[in-house]
Amino acid sequence: MAKWGMVIDLDKCTMCGTCIASCHIENNVAIVGPEEAKKNRAIFWMDTITFEEGEYPNARIKIVPRPCMNCQSPQCTYVCPVNATQKGEGGIIGQIYPRCIGCRYCTVACPYTVKYFNWYKPEWEKEFKKALNPDVSLRPRGVVEKCTFCTHRLQKAKEKAKAEGRKMIDGDYWPACAESCPTGAIYFGDLEDINSKVYELHRSPRAYRLFEDMGTDPTVYYLMEGR
Amino acid sequence: MKRADEHFGEDAILFDPIYKPGKGFYVALSVFLAVAGFAVYLYIRQYFLGLGVTGLNRPVFWSFYIVNFVFFIGISHAGTLISAILRLSKAEWRRPITRVAEIITVVVLLIGALHPIIDMGRPDRALNVFLYGRYQSPLLWDLTAITTYLMASTVYLYLPMIPDIAMMRDKGTKFKWLYTILSWGYEGTPAQKHVIEKGMTIMMVMVVPIAVSVHTVISYLFAMTVQPMWHSTIFAPYFVVGAIFSGTAVLLVVMVVLRKIYHLEAYLKEIHFKHLGTILLVMSLLWGYFTFSEYLTTYYPQEPHEMKVFWYKFIGPYAVFFWGMVATNLVIPVLLLSFKKDIKGIFIASICVSIGMWLERLNIIVPSLVSTRLPYPTGFYVPTLTEVGIFLGGIALFCLGYLLFAKLFPLITVWEIQEGREHGIKEVNDRIRSYLPDKKIDVI
Repeated sequence: MAKWGMVIDLDKCTMCGTCIASCHIENNVAIVGPEEAKKNRAIFWMDTITFEEGEYPNARIKIVPRPCMNCQSPQCTYVCPVNATQKGEGGIIGQIYPRCIGCRYCTVACPYTVKYFNWYKPEWEKEFKKALNPDVSLRPRGVVEKCTFCTHRLQKAKEKAKAEGRKMIDGDYWPACAESCPTGAIYFGDLEDINSKVYELHRSPRAYRLFEDMGTDPTVYYLMEGR
Repeated sequence: MKRADEHFGEDAILFDPIYKPGKGFYVALSVFLAVAGFAVYLYIRQYFLGLGVTGLNRPVFWSFYIVNFVFFIGISHAGTLISAILRLSKAEWRRPITRVAEIITVVVLLIGALHPIIDMGRPDRALNVFLYGRYQSPLLWDLTAITTYLMASTVYLYLPMIPDIAMMRDKGTKFKWLYTILSWGYEGTPAQKHVIEKGMTIMMVMVVPIAVSVHTVISYLFAMTVQPMWHSTIFAPYFVVGAIFSGTAVLLVVMVVLRKIYHLEAYLKEIHFKHLGTILLVMSLLWGYFTFSEYLTTYYPQEPHEMKVFWYKFIGPYAVFFWGMVATNLVIPVLLLSFKKDIKGIFIASICVSIGMWLERLNIIVPSLVSTRLPYPTGFYVPTLTEVGIFLGGIALFCLGYLLFAKLFPLITVWEIQEGREHGIKEVNDRIRSYLPDKKIDVI
């Protein structure tokens, strides 16, 4: 069994925002418009968090890309009343949109606040409609959604490897954000495969996870900035 | 022509709301129906447009509806619980209060139980809870506890009503067919009386742990997450105390109103208010003790995520609600109930507590959500007309339920009052004698 994980090298990240844009396009994330965005209702499967560290003469800003932490002890799946969010293949936390009752218990239970809710029926402008990805289902109104590590790409990669009569190798399955990152700051792969790049990186002394002490066991690792 | 209610003897006034409704009844009925109807319109609009019509956002995913859910279910804890405890402890002053209290429970539970569905993004899929239900989720615990409590308190309200319904079937003039069905052929024979009393005793004993379980699991809804200031071990007793506290306050408000509009001064006397006022005072102090304990344990270790919520409440945007809650739940009621313990003082204290306990639910739910662990930009949650309207609709529905109940059944347990006159006085005399070291008269 694989355990899919992500390593984000903060030294390489330039905060260009390509990961956010590619994620939006890949996963048919709805564009809610400026009115709704002002009400804090914009949806970002991949987002950035701005940490302000220190005080005035020594103040600095640290910006960190934030996908779903994909915890292996996920608070959100513990509380879901209908099993609409659950740990699936390779430890990926998935969402079942047709089953979700929209109680938003998972959104309030997530310590990283990575879950989003469809307050209205998602709509796309004409041009965007043409660009919708047929591999990702469109979400209806009133359900919760979040980053799924582009799990549809895993299905594709598996099928492809099967057709070619080989086992999956490192680099077969990458989510859109990792693939599009211009500086190559986002790595993705099987954390349990000793030949993978992420295996090596996530054991580096620079590696850390968000709120590691909370016991949620995320599979998204960050490589600390060298100062 | 004979007066319809002449047969009811000295308790005839209790049947006035049924046989002589008056103009006020129809005015009140139409006002409450209008407000409730408006709320239904708002909900239908929300159903078709989506939850976007509320003021909810990220990270305030839960707010008004869940606050009202906890608040309404909390109120329900006064009725059945107080009535059961008073009956079990053989408190003789319970007689006019029991049914008044039990109706609150049933009506408010029905309204409170609607709120999780109102809050759902997909109410059309609510039955998925049965199809794919995960019993590990605290929401399912809520569902179980609330439905059990609703069943138990409905039965507990209905059983003592049977003798009164039979009385109205035999002596009344209106709705005879209804009372014939509902009285189940009760004739008042000793065997029937025995069965009803036995049933009541069973329900009394059962309803107490069920009531406690309800607010316990509602607190678990929050306490089972890792969110700062929700993840607290004292939440279960804290919520139960708060629930009984708010319930007692609402019971007192309802009693004052009923006393005024149905002229029940002879039944709901000042002494009843004073006794219940003492319970309210004790609950207020107990609530203050829990609140103090909760906030001191948060403050002392200075854990940063918890402190973010703490300051948000103490000096941040929620300071006005937090200190308003302290004033209305602790300062004003304790002062009033200690120094001005007449009906007026108790009424003001109860109104304060009803508002204060609503603020308490708001203070628990919203600040923890706004203070996310990661530094996200968070706005300030402002409810929209939809949320406020549905809240007012809930209150109107409560009044409506009470009004319709009063139109069909006597609000005060008539047979229990009669029993008090016929047997209670002697029984209490005997009981007091049995407490004393006087060996000669040792009855019961």
